[in-house]
Amino acid sequence: MTAAPRATELGLVGCHTCGLTCAIGQTRCPRCASHLHPRKPDSLARSWALLIAALVLYVPSNMLPVMYTSMLGRGEASTILHGVVEFWKAGSWDIALLIFIASVAVPSTKFLVLGMLLVSARRKSPWARPQRARLYRLVELIGYWSMLDVVVVALVCALVQFHLLGTAEPRAGIVFFGLVVVLTMFAAMSFDPRLIWDADDDA
Amino acid sequence: MTESGTAAAPPAPTAKRRRWSAGLIWLVPVVAALIGIGMVIQNWASEGPVIEMSFITAEGLEAGKTQVKYKDVVIGLVESIRLAGDNTHVIARVNLGKDASGFATADARFWVVRPRFGTSGVSGIGTLLSGAYIGADIGESHEVKKIFVGLERPPAVIHGSPGKRFTLVANDIGSLDVGSPVYYRRIQVGRLVSYELDKEGRQMHVDIFVDAPYDRFVNVSSRFWNASGVDLNLDAGGLKLNTQSLATVVAGGLAFATPPGPRDTTPASDGAQFQLFDDMQAAFAPPDGEPDYLQMRFEQSLRGLSVGSQVDFRGIVVGKVVSIRLDYDVDKHSFPLIVGVVIYPQRFGAAGEKIAQLAPRDGNDQNKRLAYLIEPMVARGLRAQARTGNLLTGQLYIALDFIPGAVKVAFDPATRPVELPTTPGSFDRLQEQLTGIVDKLDRIPLEAIGKHLDSTIARLDRTLRQVDEATLPQFNATLAGAQGTLGTAQQAIATDAPLQQNLAQTLAEMQRAARSLRALTDYLGVHPESLLRGKPVDPALREAPENDGKGNKP
Ligand SMILES: [Zn+2]
Repeated sequence: MTAAPRATELGLVGCHTCGLTCAIGQTRCPRCASHLHPRKPDSLARSWALLIAALVLYVPSNMLPVMYTSMLGRGEASTILHGVVEFWKAGSWDIALLIFIASVAVPSTKFLVLGMLLVSARRKSPWARPQRARLYRLVELIGYWSMLDVVVVALVCALVQFHLLGTAEPRAGIVFFGLVVVLTMFAAMSFDPRLIWDADDDA
Repeated sequence: MTESGTAAAPPAPTAKRRRWSAGLIWLVPVVAALIGIGMVIQNWASEGPVIEMSFITAEGLEAGKTQVKYKDVVIGLVESIRLAGDNTHVIARVNLGKDASGFATADARFWVVRPRFGTSGVSGIGTLLSGAYIGADIGESHEVKKIFVGLERPPAVIHGSPGKRFTLVANDIGSLDVGSPVYYRRIQVGRLVSYELDKEGRQMHVDIFVDAPYDRFVNVSSRFWNASGVDLNLDAGGLKLNTQSLATVVAGGLAFATPPGPRDTTPASDGAQFQLFDDMQAAFAPPDGEPDYLQMRFEQSLRGLSVGSQVDFRGIVVGKVVSIRLDYDVDKHSFPLIVGVVIYPQRFGAAGEKIAQLAPRDGNDQNKRLAYLIEPMVARGLRAQARTGNLLTGQLYIALDFIPGAVKVAFDPATRPVELPTTPGSFDRLQEQLTGIVDKLDRIPLEAIGKHLDSTIARLDRTLRQVDEATLPQFNATLAGAQGTLGTAQQAIATDAPLQQNLAQTLAEMQRAARSLRALTDYLGVHPESLLRGKPVDPALREAPENDGKGNKP
C-alpha cells in the first residue's frame, strides 16, 4: 500500500465540491470558491453526533404509530412493527418482508455500519480497508432508498380518502422515521471516507 | 498548482469556525434526546388506569382493537380478553386514557354496544360495520374502582341526563321490558330503566326515568298504569279494547296521568314511589286498600264465572274472584265449587267505614274481625249468588245481597277463611221453576188419557156408522114427507085457493059490517033518544038494528 503517494505528501488538496486539485495552502477553490480542507472538518464528531441523534429518534419512530387507518368505521393506529406482524399474519409475507427490510433491517444496518466505520476510523485501524470503503459506498447508496416507508405512508394517506369506507392518516411515528433517515444520511455524508486510509501516517 | 508560502495566514479563520460548528453539531443529538424524553413523558402522562370488566360473552370484542367510548369519544382500549377462572364469563382488560381516569370510579358502568334489534327499536346500527365497542357511563363517585361487572344491555339512562327517576310497585311486569316507553298524554316522555323482584318475590319494583321537561308532570297524585299491548277485556260488562299507541301494541309501555278533579299537583320528588295499576280504569279508581278474602261454596255449575269476575254489592263492584276450585263433599257425594273472592272494604265508601267501626279492634286477626262483621248480616239474609251479567256471553258475576226469606244457615265464625253462605242465583231459580213445571207436566197420565180418547173415538165412530146406515134413510123419508106437507101448505095458501077466497069473502063481509056499524054510531050520535024510543020505522034500516042490537044492549 505504499505504492500510491498521499495528496498531503504531494502538497495537494482536492475540492469537496468540484473535485479540483488545488495546492495545500489555498483556503478556497479557485474554480467554485468552496472552502478547501485536506479532510472534512470535525468529520468524526459530526458523524457521531448525527448518528446518535438518529439512534435516539429511531426509538419513538418504532414506538409511535406511523399511520392511522380506518376501514368501515373501525379505526386503528399501527406502528411499523405492528404493520409487519399484521401483514405476516394475513399471509402477505412478501410485503411484510419488504417493510421489515426497508424499515428495520436497513436502518439498523446503517447504524451498525456507520458506527463500525466511525470507531475503526478513529482507531485508524488498518483492518479490511477496501471492504470498509465499499461498505461506506453501499451505505450512501441505500440511504436514498431508506425513505421507502415515508413515501408509502404519504401515498396511502393521499390516495385512501373514502371517508366512511376507509381513510388513512399519517401519525407522528412517520415524522420520526423520516428524521432518522435524514439524520443517518447526514451522518454518512459527514463521514470522510478518506479517514479510512489515514492510519498509515502515524504508523 | 501554485505553491505559495501563504499557509500561515488562512488557518486562523478555519480553526475558529471549526470550534463553533463542532459545538453546534452536538445540539442535534441533544434536541433528539429531548424530543425522545418528551415523548416518553407525554406517553407516561397520557397513561390512564388499567381496569378490568367482566361480561357474559366476548362477542364482538377484540383485544387491542375494541375501543371504550363515552359519548362517542374514545376513552380507552381493550388490551386483552381472557376467560375468568370458572369459565362462566370473560374478563376484558382495558387501558383507560389519562383524562378518562374518572371512569375508574365505583359507579361507572360499562356495556358492550352491539347492533340490537328489539321490540323497542333498533340500536347500535353503526357498530354493524365498525364492530362492537364498549360504552361507558360515568358516575358521581370518586371512590377508585378497578374491577367492574359489565352490563349485558345498555343502560336506559345515561348519568347526568336531565329528568327524574321514579319507582313503581307492580304485581307483575306484564309485557314490559327495559326500555319500554313511558307515555304522558300519548307522547313518549321517558322509559323503563330496570325492574327487580322484591325479596319476598311478591311485587315487582320497576324503575322508570322521565325526561326533563316532562318530569314536572309527575305529581304526588299521579297514577301510573300498564299501557302494554292491546287490552282486550271480556267480562260481565261486555267487550273492551284499549291501546295507548300503536307502538305499545308491539313494545309495551307505561302511561301516567293525574286523575280528574281537584288534586295535589306538587311535582313528585326524585325517586318517589308509585303503584303501577293494570289498566287506566284501575288506576283512576279510588284506592282499594287492603282486600279481605272470603270463600263461597256453590253447589251448582259456575260455567261463565272466571278468575277476575266481578263481585257486586247492590250494583257496586266491591271485589273480584281470585280462585275457583272443585271440591268433593264426602257426605253428600257432590262436587261443590269453592270460589275465593277478595273484597275491598274501601269500595263500600262511607258504609264500609261505619261498619268497620262496629268491629272490635282487639288484634290483628283480620279474619276474626271480618267474621264478626259478617255474622249478623248472614243472619239477616246476606248471601252470595252467581248471577248472569251478560245473557249473550253467559258471563257470571258474584252478587252479594240480602235475600228476603233466605233459608237459615249455620254460620261458623271460626272458619278460616271466612265462608259466606250462598244461594242459587236468579237464573238458577228460574231453571228450578222450569224444572218443576216440566216435572208436573211429566206427571199428567197422558197415556191413559190417550187410551180413553181412543176408545171414545171408536165408539163415536160406531154411533156415526149406525146413524149413517139406519137413521139417515128414515130421515130422508121424513124429509120427503115434510116436503109433501109443505107442498100442500103452499097449495092451501095459493091466490086461487078456496081458503084464500073464503078469507077474502069473510073480509068483505066484515068490511060491510063495519060500515053499517059506523052508520049506526053516526045515527046514534044524532038521535041518542032512539036508544030509548027506538027508531022511527025506516024500512031501509029495519034489519040493521037487529044485527047491532046484540052489541049495544049491554
Ligand atoms: Zn471546487
